[in-house]
Amino acid sequence: MSTETTPANSGTTGERPIGPDNPAPVIEPPRTRTGRSPRSTRTNFELHGWLFMRLSGILLVFLVLGHLLIQLVLDGGVSKVSFAFVAGRWASPFWQVWDLLMLWLAMLHGANGLRTIINDYAQRDNTRFWLKMLLYTATVFTILLGTLVIFTFDPNIR
Amino acid sequence: MPAGTLYRGREGMWSWVAHRVTGVLVFFFLFVHVLDTALVRVSPEAYDQTIAVYKTPLVAFMEYGLVAAVLFHALNGLRVVAVDFWSKGARYQKQMLWTVMAVWGLLMAGAAWPVLGHAFRELFGS
Repeated sequence: MSTETTPANSGTTGERPIGPDNPAPVIEPPRTRTGRSPRSTRTNFELHGWLFMRLSGILLVFLVLGHLLIQLVLDGGVSKVSFAFVAGRWASPFWQVWDLLMLWLAMLHGANGLRTIINDYAQRDNTRFWLKMLLYTATVFTILLGTLVIFTFDPNIR
Repeated sequence: MPAGTLYRGREGMWSWVAHRVTGVLVFFFLFVHVLDTALVRVSPEAYDQTIAVYKTPLVAFMEYGLVAAVLFHALNGLRVVAVDFWSKGARYQKQMLWTVMAVWGLLMAGAAWPVLGHAFRELFGS
C-alpha cells in the first residue's frame, strides 16, 4: 500500500526531495476527530452498530434456524401451521420470549443492514435521507405491530 | 452508477455480494411475515386463509428459496464473525467460504423433502 502513495510535490523542479532532512507534511487521517468534525461523527455509533450486527447475528442464527426447523421442517412442515398451532405455542412464555427477541433482533439487524446499503448506493443527499426515513418508519411500525400482537394475543378471540 | 462496484472479484467479493442480496431478501420477507402473523389479532379465519397461501406448491418453492437465503446469510455471517474476531480468520476466509457452501449444500439437501414434499404430493399425487 505504501509503495503506491506518492507525495504530491515529488518530481516538481525546485523542490527538495522528501527525505529524513525534509519530512513530508503531516496529513491528518480523515477519521481523526477534531473540534470541526460534524456532530454525527463524534460518537461511536458506527462501532456499536458494527458490534451489534455480529452479536445479534450470532443469536439470530439459533433463533431463526430454530424457528425454520419448527415451522417448515418438523411435524409435517408448513402444512400444520394454523391459528390453533400459533395459540398452542404462544401459550408458553418461552416461545413468546423467543419470538419477541427474534422480532426485535431481526428487525434491527435488517434495518441496520439496509441503512448501510442505502448509504452505499444512494448518491444524492435527498434520496439517501428519504430512503432512510422510509426505512425507519417501516421498521418502527413493524416492530411495534409485532410486539403488540405477541403481548395482546388472545386464543379465545372467537 | 456508483463507481468501482467490482472490488477484486473472487470469493471475498462475491460472498459479500451474496450476503447483501440474501440479507435484503430476508428483510423484505420479514415485513410481510410480521403482517401476516398480525392477522391472528383479526380472526382465526383471516389468519388461516392467509396461511393457506403458504401451503400452495408455488409458495413452497419460494419458501425453499427463503431457506436457501437464510441459511447462506447465517453461515456466511458466522464466517464474517470469524474473519473479524479470530486472529487467523482473514487468512482462512476462502477455506471458510467453501466450508460454508458445503454445509449449506448439505442442509439444503436435507431441507428439500420436508419443505417441498407436500408440494410434490399435491402436484403429482401421493
